Amino acid sequence: MSQETVTFTLDGVKVKATKGQTIMEAADAAGIYIPRLCWHKDLPSGGNCRICTVMVNGRPAGSCLFPVEDGIVVENNTKQLKDHRCQVVEMHFIEGNHYCPSCEASGECELQALGYYTQMLTPTSPYLRPKYEVDASHPDVYIDRDRCILCGRCIRASEFLDGKCVFSFEGRGIHKRISVNAEHNLGETNMEASDRAATICPTGALMIKRTGYRIPVGKRRFDIHPIGWDIEKKKKSG
Amino acid sequence: MSEDHALFIKKVAEKYGRDPTRLMDILLEVNARYGWFSEETIGHIGEAMDIPRVKIRDKISFYTFFSQKPVGKTVIRLSNSVVEKMKGAAEVARAFEDAVGVKFGETTPDGAITLTYAQCIGMSDQAPSALINHTPVGNLLPEDVGDIVEAIKNEEDISQLPQALIDVNLRRSGPVVFAPMDAGTAVRAALKMTPEQVIDEIKKSNLRGRGGAGFPTGKKWEACRNVKSDFRYIVCNADEGEPGTFKDRVIMSERANLVFEGMTIAGYAVGAEYGIVYLRGEYEYMLEDLKRILEERRKKGLLGKNILDKKDFNFAIRIQIGAGAYICGEESALIESLEGKRGAPRERPPFPVEKGYMNRPTAVNNVETLCAAARIMEQGADWFSTIGTEASAGTKLLSVSGDCSRPGVYEIEYGITVARFLKMVGAEHAIAAKIGGPSGRLVAPNDFDRTISFEDFSTGGSVIFFGPGRDLLTHMKQFTEFFVEESCGWCTPCRVGTTLMLKEFDKIIEGRATRTEIENIKKLGQTIKTMSRCGLGQTAPNPILTSMQNFPELYEAVIKPVDYIGTFDFAKAVSAGAEITGRKPHSDEEANL
Repeated sequence: MSQETVTFTLDGVKVKATKGQTIMEAADAAGIYIPRLCWHKDLPSGGNCRICTVMVNGRPAGSCLFPVEDGIVVENNTKQLKDHRCQVVEMHFIEGNHYCPSCEASGECELQALGYYTQMLTPTSPYLRPKYEVDASHPDVYIDRDRCILCGRCIRASEFLDGKCVFSFEGRGIHKRISVNAEHNLGETNMEASDRAATICPTGALMIKRTGYRIPVGKRRFDIHPIGWDIEKKKKSG
Repeated sequence: MSEDHALFIKKVAEKYGRDPTRLMDILLEVNARYGWFSEETIGHIGEAMDIPRVKIRDKISFYTFFSQKPVGKTVIRLSNSVVEKMKGAAEVARAFEDAVGVKFGETTPDGAITLTYAQCIGMSDQAPSALINHTPVGNLLPEDVGDIVEAIKNEEDISQLPQALIDVNLRRSGPVVFAPMDAGTAVRAALKMTPEQVIDEIKKSNLRGRGGAGFPTGKKWEACRNVKSDFRYIVCNADEGEPGTFKDRVIMSERANLVFEGMTIAGYAVGAEYGIVYLRGEYEYMLEDLKRILEERRKKGLLGKNILDKKDFNFAIRIQIGAGAYICGEESALIESLEGKRGAPRERPPFPVEKGYMNRPTAVNNVETLCAAARIMEQGADWFSTIGTEASAGTKLLSVSGDCSRPGVYEIEYGITVARFLKMVGAEHAIAAKIGGPSGRLVAPNDFDRTISFEDFSTGGSVIFFGPGRDLLTHMKQFTEFFVEESCGWCTPCRVGTTLMLKEFDKIIEGRATRTEIENIKKLGQTIKTMSRCGLGQTAPNPILTSMQNFPELYEAVIKPVDYIGTFDFAKAVSAGAEITGRKPHSDEEANL
């Protein structure tokens, strides 16, 4: 990979980046947080959640996948985009059944943290209230599809980090869901609790059993700092 | 028995060299034998292909022609798209239910017949229509249904039924696509030039893509040619799925040679040796004819090695059948589907001209664009650019359906006004026109003096007319249902947003909306348009948003002049109890809601 440097504008500020970086990577390095949900630092981007959408020369683009180019003008922190992002965060809550107060992932959940970050209030559209059954067939890992946001992280992690293929999507549109590589359930797969896929879920849809309350509520990741804090602090300190 | 299945599936897999990119063909062949995919079948396919079963299930569950529950020997897919509904699909559906004895979504207990609904099957000009297995039947009347079902039960040849005589319905031929042609003329003309000269000629002609986006064809070919690669591909997009469109049906039945001619020229221009036609699954009945035409072209030296004795110019074409998914008309989703995966669109960049099929530079062109490219070789760029307008050279095929006396395909010159066009098709009394199908806009009569062209009303070709008395809001709801059904589900704004759009719109239709709902829908629509990954989501709110823009009076008439109406319908919630007890439920006000 060449180290060619490019310069682009992000919310009016000139940002230097390395050719081949995505807009999100370049923004991260510059200490500018672009909200994201399906993205994970150790995985190839999926572009599923669209929360990281920015305007590139006036046109929307997913910043987790769009490569920086010299001279592009990127808008991130505009009122319009913040409104759209908030509404997409809301859609995730409406689509599933997210009972934050009783969820083991509360405080660790990136969706919940983004709800706070985007200052989401009670959704204006009615909840879809789908009916799912928990798949607790595996001795160490369980799937609670109520909390699944179809970000695809577990699929990518299983494939690219674990060298397996435990998960994939099934169905299309609003009927899409996570499916496992077995005739019936997760217990029949080669999933292990030590798989990266087991801990990569941004919500509480894929959880390791008997670990839910090891860190008490109030002392969890997003109880202490808001999401994106680690990126924004670079700017403050730098 | 299970071993038989396993053996059969293994043989099918071996026939395609166990090539994962040919998974679609393998699934189609397995489907042709069993009609559906049990978990056992899915397991056998996974084993035979050495692909995890979850990936096979992923693919199968994506396409509407593949079922994960048993279906009858004969599957009747009645189209219930908007135009079909306007033309009486509901009555035909009831007649089928009566004659077959099961409801839609069900199979007869003897496993003979399944009734199911389909989206647009490319027969809107002959609605109501259905596919009986792969055979299309059109102009259905409720009184015909008994005979059709009888014929199915008696195992007669369905293609011999009077309803299976498909009208070509080519109402107007223009100078580009439907002018007479001789196989080979255009290719011969192209081979007299260098590939670069061919691209220059196409650029000079101002030809733009006919699928809807309107990207300049010459520029696309040039970009594809300029990317360094060992292989390049030409893909012909014959997966028209926009409700109300059927122009590709007519092109493929009347001018397949011109399409293949265009592909061959594209191959020469960009330096590709391989072309694939992605033909929508609904048109499988054309496959044998198309294969025969390809064979004839091979015999004439128009395909194969050293075409027309041009040394080292080799080009082959194969036809890939789809399996029912509107999204596969989107070029990157089409490529994913061609590679044997679910048809989810890709992120761009990289564009297909850089990394397309098999990650190689790929020029994806619409059927109609390829016809025009071939004709430009025959007649020249100067001739072509004199047709139409300055910004929109050439002709456009329009698929016309709905309330008009002469539905069918029209080849018109760009720049025609809507008003002139609706006289041509016999839709003088139209109260609205949906130009560009569901993803296009709903046009009101005060805009009928505007033109069909890239610079004004740009369209992939579907034009649906609505006559006096049509309930436009209900039809906009039906268009939105189409997008809910066809959203691939990859990204959240489209997957969830389209469903929310529909739910909000229901409040309007049911007379439970205020100005707040109107504002909510506009906001939601903008979010879906801005945040969605591909063209499907980016256009899905159009039926509702453009009707709000152009027909505000329809909305004013139904919204309530209050600040807020709750989503909870008290009367509805207690209706079952009220019926049992015989008591009249309180109104919302009385119930203090």
